[in-house]
Amino acid sequence: MTFQGFRRPDGKAGTRNYVLVIPSVGCAQHTAQSVAGSLKGAVYLPNTLGCGQIGADREQTKRVLVGFGTNPNVFSVLVVGLGCESIPAKEVAAGISASGKRVECLEIQSSGGPRRTAGAGRRLVKEMLADAARVEREPIPASELILGTECGGSDYTSGLASNPALGFASDLIIAEGGTVILSETPELIGAEHIIAKRARSRGIAREVLEATAWWENKAIESGQDIREANPSPGNIAGGITTLEEKSLGCIYKAGTAPLEEVIPYACSPSKKGLIFMDTPAHDIEQLTDMVAGGAQIVAFTTGRGTPIGSPIAPVIKLTANGELYRTMSDAIDVDVSRLLKGSETLKHAGQRIFERIMVTASGKRTKAERLGQRDFCIFTVGTHI
Amino acid sequence: MGQKTKAIVINDRDNVATALVSIEADASLVIEHQGRRKEITMRSVVPAGHKFALCEINRGEYVVKYGEPIGIALVRIRPGEHAHVHNVRSRSRRDEE
Repeated sequence: MTFQGFRRPDGKAGTRNYVLVIPSVGCAQHTAQSVAGSLKGAVYLPNTLGCGQIGADREQTKRVLVGFGTNPNVFSVLVVGLGCESIPAKEVAAGISASGKRVECLEIQSSGGPRRTAGAGRRLVKEMLADAARVEREPIPASELILGTECGGSDYTSGLASNPALGFASDLIIAEGGTVILSETPELIGAEHIIAKRARSRGIAREVLEATAWWENKAIESGQDIREANPSPGNIAGGITTLEEKSLGCIYKAGTAPLEEVIPYACSPSKKGLIFMDTPAHDIEQLTDMVAGGAQIVAFTTGRGTPIGSPIAPVIKLTANGELYRTMSDAIDVDVSRLLKGSETLKHAGQRIFERIMVTASGKRTKAERLGQRDFCIFTVGTHI
Repeated sequence: MGQKTKAIVINDRDNVATALVSIEADASLVIEHQGRRKEITMRSVVPAGHKFALCEINRGEYVVKYGEPIGIALVRIRPGEHAHVHNVRSRSRRDEE
């Protein structure tokens, strides 16, 4: 089975063909926006970090920015920096150019200020867009897909129907040789033993348990009980009582395949199949890190509704809450509420989701793309100064 | 599962069902549970998506859904009673040690 995608110099394949403008520091964000804003096919990242960061935090920010530039949904990149920041623009650009795509770099302080930098940036991006327009989609094996999975704004329909249906589709992607990322570690708490049992090795099982313990201890250190902060008020109103109940419903998205690998935030999988990425439960941070890790497409279940999308990857919204589909049809792509009424089978709903993933990979726009949702947020791990 | 199903039990080990529609107080439902058909009367309104007990759950016992513990009963919960944040708490890591 294939989708129509874009082959890149490093051999990876993308589902979209963006020219990406990356501000390597928050001070360059507005200039980056002025470059990308008016040019169709160009997007910028609303990045506010990149300075005053040290150690693991600095590495994480850099990894996300480089990951976005490297993602095969991106044709070429312009990095815009200020000139005095902790993560120099040239360092981000060098990391991305290892992928073989064209990467240019401008710094506001050495380019004569914001207006001149924006002008020079627009000229470069226009060239890049003209080159991008010459690339055509070609058949790409489904085995090259990396599907990010997520749930946000969950209610009782998530664990009962939309997550199991997505899980069926996840199994189909993996059967094609593709990769599915399960993430959101705090929402594994209460269900981690189930995922750990599916690990290929005891070492991988141990990594799952260590990841969930880390998050719980992190909350305890700051005087919080994570199980009191999660579920959210919306989840509770929607019928979810405890974090364990939420997590048990969440893991259905991962289908039934064995767990091949546990990877850190925003890192790329080195294996195919089902992967667990250790990330926060914050919806936008989770989305950001799966895309930074190479996901070219994301399937996202919701019960309460959420419009979020990614700057460079299509995010397909799924719901089993029929009322939500009616009232938020500008944000939700697929309705599987008939599963709850008994008028659709899990296999049929899962197959529909799989087909939607394939046509979206081949170019069909999601509601989040039509809304212009470009949500981006980097998880910080240390103090910044 | 037919059109008229108002509640769902996911796993045979569960001791709660999830309402698929809002169920009024005193309404009776016939639920398939552990191979038997049981008639359960709601002791109060159970909103759509919320849970009610299928059998007596004593204080300190696990509330079970998806075949796994999802929390601990804070008080005795009777069959047909709404089970949610007012009478169920999360298991903390301390409970597990």
